[in-house]
Amino acid sequence: MIAAVVTDQEGTDGRTPVELETRRLEAYFGAHRALHGISLAARKNELLALIGPSGCGKSTFIRCLNRLHEETPGATTRGEVLLEGEPIYGKGVDPVQIRRRIGMVFQRPNPFPTLSIYENVASGLMLAGTRRRSLLDPVVEKSLRQAALWDEVKDQLDRPGTRLSGGQQQRLCIARALAVNPPVLLMDEPTSALDPVSTARIEELLVELKRSVTVVMVTHNMQQAARVSDQTAFFLMGEMVESGATDQLFTNPRDSRTEQYITGRFG
Amino acid sequence: MNAWRRWKNRLMLALLAALAAVTVMPLLAITFYLISQGASALDLAFFIEAQKPVGELGGGMGHSIVGSLLLVGSGALVGIPLGLACGIYLAEYGDRERLAPWVRSALELLASTPSILIGVFVYVLVVVPMKGFSLGAGALSLALILLPLVARTSEELLKLIPSHLREAGLALGIPRWKVVLGVVLRSARPAILASLILAVARIAGETAPLVFTAFGNPNFSHSMGGPISALPLQIYTYAISPFDEWHRMAWAGALLLVGAVLVLNLVTRIAGGSHDRGSSD
Ligand SMILES: Nc1ncnc2c1ncn2[C@@H]1O[C@H](COP(=O)(O)OP(=O)(O)OP(=O)(O)O)[C@@H](O)[C@H]1O
Ligand SMILES: [Mg+2]
Repeated sequence: MIAAVVTDQEGTDGRTPVELETRRLEAYFGAHRALHGISLAARKNELLALIGPSGCGKSTFIRCLNRLHEETPGATTRGEVLLEGEPIYGKGVDPVQIRRRIGMVFQRPNPFPTLSIYENVASGLMLAGTRRRSLLDPVVEKSLRQAALWDEVKDQLDRPGTRLSGGQQQRLCIARALAVNPPVLLMDEPTSALDPVSTARIEELLVELKRSVTVVMVTHNMQQAARVSDQTAFFLMGEMVESGATDQLFTNPRDSRTEQYITGRFG
Repeated sequence: MNAWRRWKNRLMLALLAALAAVTVMPLLAITFYLISQGASALDLAFFIEAQKPVGELGGGMGHSIVGSLLLVGSGALVGIPLGLACGIYLAEYGDRERLAPWVRSALELLASTPSILIGVFVYVLVVVPMKGFSLGAGALSLALILLPLVARTSEELLKLIPSHLREAGLALGIPRWKVVLGVVLRSARPAILASLILAVARIAGETAPLVFTAFGNPNFSHSMGGPISALPLQIYTYAISPFDEWHRMAWAGALLLVGAVLVLNLVTRIAGGSHDRGSSD
């Protein structure tokens, strides 16, 4: 069991308040424990990067943060997750309300196959009851521009979303998540299928988003974590080995396993 | 070596072709026999006239066509929504609901009940208390046959929709029922529509349950509370009669029934084909 990380409350070091926090979070697939008591905090308007070798539990961790983990048959959690201080696994908490406030971009692009590009981006609003094109049009354009996809698709918004390339689908899903404007955004390797130019534009977007949004992002790209994140946490085999300010973690890791991983000696 | 492989390949192909021919043969034989026996009776009167009293010439199966349409139509109107509701419930809420295994068992039991027993059941439950055979009772028995059929196929088809699409919807903060209707059902819609047509084609030929419920009627009728004719029933009536003219009409009725079912099957085949081409990526 790892001791709980002491999280500063607002004011003590001039940083923003904690927005999303886990306390001794454990995740199970049936009897198999995939997360061994993770305590971690993401602060308002900061970007928290999660790094670690494949299979260490990064996706499982962020899927616990918007209560999607429980959608997998047999999957359960223990411990606490607090959104602005309120337990999202508390009794009587509606996961739908939580997910309205926490958007998500999945590791694998998953556009809705029966919907057009336009409808995919607008789907969050349309399914919530907004139908007026005059309300949807500006949101769709803005979200697609933010996701660096607008120029490529602006003349074919009525084509099926699944006809796009893998990288375009990934950006379409980013636009879909942005369109509902959530205060917290979970991103599972959002640039894994993108070329360097699109990746750079998504990174610009992330930096820009931080002005209004709290982001938790999984990445396998160390340089990316160093470029865009404020805090970084290193996961290994279901445990969180180390977390802290990104520049500190990369230049002066406390744990030898972190150092080995970031210098490319294992993982 | 290569020559032997090619030879083996040809042998297997020939064997499969022969087996396919054996399978198709009975269908072709039935169709040709129906056409040779019944096509001559397919005149205008056949489609618009009812059964004539014994001894009079002419008559047709117009009343049975109307009856079958009404019976199958109202049966589908009840059976399809109920079946779909059960299918959606089992596929989308099945693993978190304690009632689901009971619903599933009940549907399986209903599906394996011989259709004649369903007719007897409706007879006891509806016909006896209402003191008469009726369109309503016939439609109910067809609905009871349709219900497990629709429930089971729609459950299977919904389960084919990958779970990452449900998760994509849920992650947007959309309530589960809206994700089910707006995303999952929408993705499965073409396949479900095709399965519904096949299910309806299946009940169009049902005879046994109608004997105890709709009963049959030599005249035109459209009253919910009165007995009504249906193609399979009228075919039986005409077929067991001693008159050649009525025999021909029975063959023609059978031809019509088989033709209608065949057309419905072809429609789903063609619609399904164009859908497959449309959604492949
Ligand atoms: N649906 C599932 N059922 C059972 N076990 C699972 C399931 N999904 C993940 N796991 C297990 O949980 C552990 C963590 O998986 P997870 O997907 O969170 O890893 P990850 O860090 O995101 O890896 P990657 O970098 O490859 O995406 C793995 O050991 C995996 O085998
Ligand atoms: Mg992952």
